[in-house]
Amino acid sequence: MGPVIKLFRFAKPYWLRSGLALVLLATLVVFDLSIPRLIQRLIDRGILAHDHALVLHTALLMLGVSFVSIFVAIGNNNLSVFVGESVGRDLREALFRKIQTFSYGNLDRQKTGQLMVRLTSDAGSVQRLLQVTLRIGTRAPLLMIGSLVLMISTSPTLALTMLPLLVVTSAVMVFFLVRMEPMYRIVQQRLDRMNSVLQENIAGIRLVKAFVRERFEGERFQSANQAYTEESAKVMQFSAMMPPALTLCVNVGVVVVIWAGGLESVRGKLSVGQIVAFTNYLLTTMTPLVMMTLLSSVWASGMASAKRLDEVLSAAPEISDAGNASTLSLSGAPRIAFEHVTFSYRGASADAVLKDISFSAEPGQTVAILGATGAGKSSLVKLIPRFYDVTEGRVTIDGVDVRTVTQASLLAQIAIVPQETVLFSGTLRDNIRYGKPSASDAEVVAAAHAAQAHAFILETENGYDSRVEQRGANFSGGQKQRIALARALLLHPKILILDDSTSAVDVETETHIQRALAELSSEQTRVVVAQRISTVLHADKILVLDEGRIVAEGDHASLLESSAIYQEIYHSQLGNAGLPAGARDAAQVNS
Amino acid sequence: MTHPQGSMRGGAGAGSGGPSQPRGMHIGKIEAAKDPRSALSRLLPYLKPFKLGILWVLVIVVLYTFLGLVGPYLMGVAIDSLLRTHSAQGLVRISVVMLTVYVFYNVLQAASGRLMAGISQQALAQLRADLFTRVQRLPVAFFDQNAAGDLMSRLTNDIDAINQAISQNVTTLVASLLSMVGIVVAMFVLNYWLALASLLVLPIMFWFTRFVAGYTRKGFRDLQRDLGQLNGVMEEAISGQRTSHAFRRKEAAVDAFRIGNEQVFSAGVYANSYALLLMPITSVLGNLFVIVLAGLGGWLALSGLVSVGIIATFISYGQSFVGPLRQLANLYNSIQAALAGAERIFAIVDLAPELDAPTKLRTLGPVRGDVLFDHVRFGYLPNVPVVRDLSFEAKPGQLIALVGPTGAGKTTIINLLTRFYEINSGTIQIDGTDIRSLKKDELRQNLGLVLQDVFLFSGSVLDNIRYGRQSATDEEVMEAAKLAEADAFIRLLPQGYQTQLSERASNLSQGQRQLLAIARAILADPAILILDEATSSVDTRTEARIQRAFLNLMRGRTSFVIAHRLSTIADADQILVIEHGAIAERGKHAELLAQRGVYHRLYTSQFKGEAI
Repeated sequence: MGPVIKLFRFAKPYWLRSGLALVLLATLVVFDLSIPRLIQRLIDRGILAHDHALVLHTALLMLGVSFVSIFVAIGNNNLSVFVGESVGRDLREALFRKIQTFSYGNLDRQKTGQLMVRLTSDAGSVQRLLQVTLRIGTRAPLLMIGSLVLMISTSPTLALTMLPLLVVTSAVMVFFLVRMEPMYRIVQQRLDRMNSVLQENIAGIRLVKAFVRERFEGERFQSANQAYTEESAKVMQFSAMMPPALTLCVNVGVVVVIWAGGLESVRGKLSVGQIVAFTNYLLTTMTPLVMMTLLSSVWASGMASAKRLDEVLSAAPEISDAGNASTLSLSGAPRIAFEHVTFSYRGASADAVLKDISFSAEPGQTVAILGATGAGKSSLVKLIPRFYDVTEGRVTIDGVDVRTVTQASLLAQIAIVPQETVLFSGTLRDNIRYGKPSASDAEVVAAAHAAQAHAFILETENGYDSRVEQRGANFSGGQKQRIALARALLLHPKILILDDSTSAVDVETETHIQRALAELSSEQTRVVVAQRISTVLHADKILVLDEGRIVAEGDHASLLESSAIYQEIYHSQLGNAGLPAGARDAAQVNS
Repeated sequence: MTHPQGSMRGGAGAGSGGPSQPRGMHIGKIEAAKDPRSALSRLLPYLKPFKLGILWVLVIVVLYTFLGLVGPYLMGVAIDSLLRTHSAQGLVRISVVMLTVYVFYNVLQAASGRLMAGISQQALAQLRADLFTRVQRLPVAFFDQNAAGDLMSRLTNDIDAINQAISQNVTTLVASLLSMVGIVVAMFVLNYWLALASLLVLPIMFWFTRFVAGYTRKGFRDLQRDLGQLNGVMEEAISGQRTSHAFRRKEAAVDAFRIGNEQVFSAGVYANSYALLLMPITSVLGNLFVIVLAGLGGWLALSGLVSVGIIATFISYGQSFVGPLRQLANLYNSIQAALAGAERIFAIVDLAPELDAPTKLRTLGPVRGDVLFDHVRFGYLPNVPVVRDLSFEAKPGQLIALVGPTGAGKTTIINLLTRFYEINSGTIQIDGTDIRSLKKDELRQNLGLVLQDVFLFSGSVLDNIRYGRQSATDEEVMEAAKLAEADAFIRLLPQGYQTQLSERASNLSQGQRQLLAIARAILADPAILILDEATSSVDTRTEARIQRAFLNLMRGRTSFVIAHRLSTIADADQILVIEHGAIAERGKHAELLAQRGVYHRLYTSQFKGEAI
């Protein structure tokens, strides 16, 4: 219940509409209850008393009540739908915003497929909970209470016999509700799994096809599908028992009325009209009871989903601005310094990715980072824009710890070109000015020029207005990287981070890029991760990283002299120099 | 939100010209919804395997509906006997009979509900499985063009819409109809004047339902479409969130989301408001039914034409008539939503899958690895050729290197060899067999592919490498990892080979991911090996070590290597320099250097500015 109540704050802005919906609902209940009452009057005082006028009168009154209730019901429906959909929308937005605040660390642990289920299926069932509650939630209990009151006023003794029945009915309902909620939670977990398999298959379709793994993936999906189906069949089968169980209660009530009421009427204490009215009240409660069964499954699934939404909504972003965070403002290219930085993705220094890293990049300098795969190069640069927080030590920009400034002001000074290029669906132009939507066309073209993207963009059918598909699927790896580079250059950031961002670009083009970058060099401090010696050749400082530690530091010439690893890297890039003679011979044999 | 308008890849081809047919990119467009009635008739076959179960359900439903009618009748009898005799005689007996009837009624009702829930969930599972299989068979072009989120929405939201309709019980539909028919029959038996009068309600009901249905259907169609689009926006935003964070564009992402969200909101209000319109109307019509009965019946009773007991029975019937009527209205709405969902699902099912050759398929047998491109032309778009008149031959066991500027069409050549896309003209042959006459599965089984973007599935490291060959033992997997120089870093992971990888796998660096992909290809042991920038993020020392493994691996098989770091390919038997989708130069490393052409320029630029 807790999470549901917490989520009810989303209904707050709509309390007036919700209240009105409930008032209309109560009115509707009064109307609903008046019908059996009027029928009783019609039988007892009209037909049995041979009062023609009263019969006509009562029938007309009933007709009038019915027509008014149409409008009341429509009003209630529209208000409930409006509130339900509004809350659904607000809930989705709150979730989406919340997910947007997640830092890299949070995202590492969530699968897109799982978050999607929360945003769609879970948000949907909470929305349904609210809408259905407003529409029939109070109606059923009100109808039951109303019927009870009317039953008591009709015949207190007969009503008393109904009391145990009501208790049993309520118990049955609570039993179903309590049992169903955990079942729905499992269903949603299974849905998570199924959706994740699905999402992976869509994202990795090339691989699935290339390795002819359709059957394998089909089986993987099928097992997730079957697991989901089993659970949802279980809960459906369980909830299918509910309406019969409740109507049985009512039907037993009818029999009791006939039997007990019959005895009463024989003793002359009850009119036949009263018995008919009584059974009518009972039947009137039956319809809302069937509604209650719908309500119970909606509530059970809504509660299960509310818990899951609450998990997301109350999750703390791993990185947030400090309470007294200041704004970082830089007048020129800043000095970046790492001071004894140790970093681990999981917060424990035991499996640290970076160990005791200290270095500085002076204003306007380019610092290059070289090292073996998995040495920690990308991890290192991700600490500058504070995508992750350091485990020990600190990262400073012009002497200011990055943890003491607002993320927005920090990111405003930094542009990063990541290893894995992400483009968004839209035009090429939109993608290039992604970081600054107000950029003029001239700025876009200048950035594309510098990133050596201008020429190929002009060759596309619509130039800068060519469409980019999701994930940039319609551009080659090297083209995507150049667009990502243009996106970063357009910002003229004070700090530029290139994380092996030209790996798929041919060497000649890269040389052009280098030249363009050299022209911009005075305005920014750069940290560049690279594999190719050619990329780092002109760096002011080269750091050689090995297993999370800096093992050599210096410029190209000095490293070439002093560092064995650097020499090895250097030679590995000169044709076959890195290959042992045996392997070369092996290659020769084939030709 | 806009739909993809068209697309191009590796847009090296400047200008136009060259024969190209509208193929490739047009496959993927999802057509608009088809005939709604056909969606329904196509859903029904999914219930076919459960014929026997459904038959049972129907029998049970008929039984309990009958029992449901007996109840009120017995009540009327009881009241009449009460009025007539003014004694409690027979009251106990009739009460016991009533109770028995009701108990059976409810037990049967529960049984049918349970049975049907099982059947419907199984049928839906089948529908999902079918849809998944269909989606898998769609050509790669489809996935390049359509939002992943929208596709997911079809498999989840749209099937859920059908689920909502079915889970509200197909039994309800049958039971409701049956009990309504039963009530009508019973009423005619008892008193046909009363019956006739009360049935006046029905035509109003039908007319109104039809009137509302038009709006409801349209509403749900829009709603499902908007939901799909919103899903597309969400999926892209979440998977690109690291980028939007870095560029401080989260607000923009939220704005884009809000537009879609607002659309879903208004579509939801529209669809549900119309859908719910039926509910109050039916209950009022139900009341009307009772009123007509009470009014007319009262008048008839006054004239002594009917007994009060009969009126009580009629009113009770009237009440029972309202329930099914309401349920039908409710069900009708769900069916509208379900059909809107079904239309979107079948729109996917109707897309042309990747087809194997229509006529006689041929099989390769053991592949020697002779690959021939003969005057191959191709463009992703009709008038934008990407590959023009490409011809070359790779002899068995040769190492072919494809080099050239980004966007020259290198990856496209791989896309054609794997038949991710189909060529426009010319032929591609393996061992003299046109690859279009092969089954795609067989073709691809012989190709070992290491792609530019490494995709890892959630699962253990072991599972991800084993993706190359499912039957491989743990030892074989580790052996492959060793060859790919991945073993060392895998063993340093928290749980070694059992370490769980996530979708984005930030616990692995890009280079490490590439090493896993290489291990995967090594394990697959294909006849033809294709490495598309397979080591671009791997440091050069590690690469040099892998090179050894590659050379071992390449021995005896034809290999294609795309690389920018030219050291990787200096040993190639043939280097094809691709420019603007055609071969600009070809030859061995030394020959090409001597030519002092494109290759020479590319090669030397690597070390430009360096004081050697």
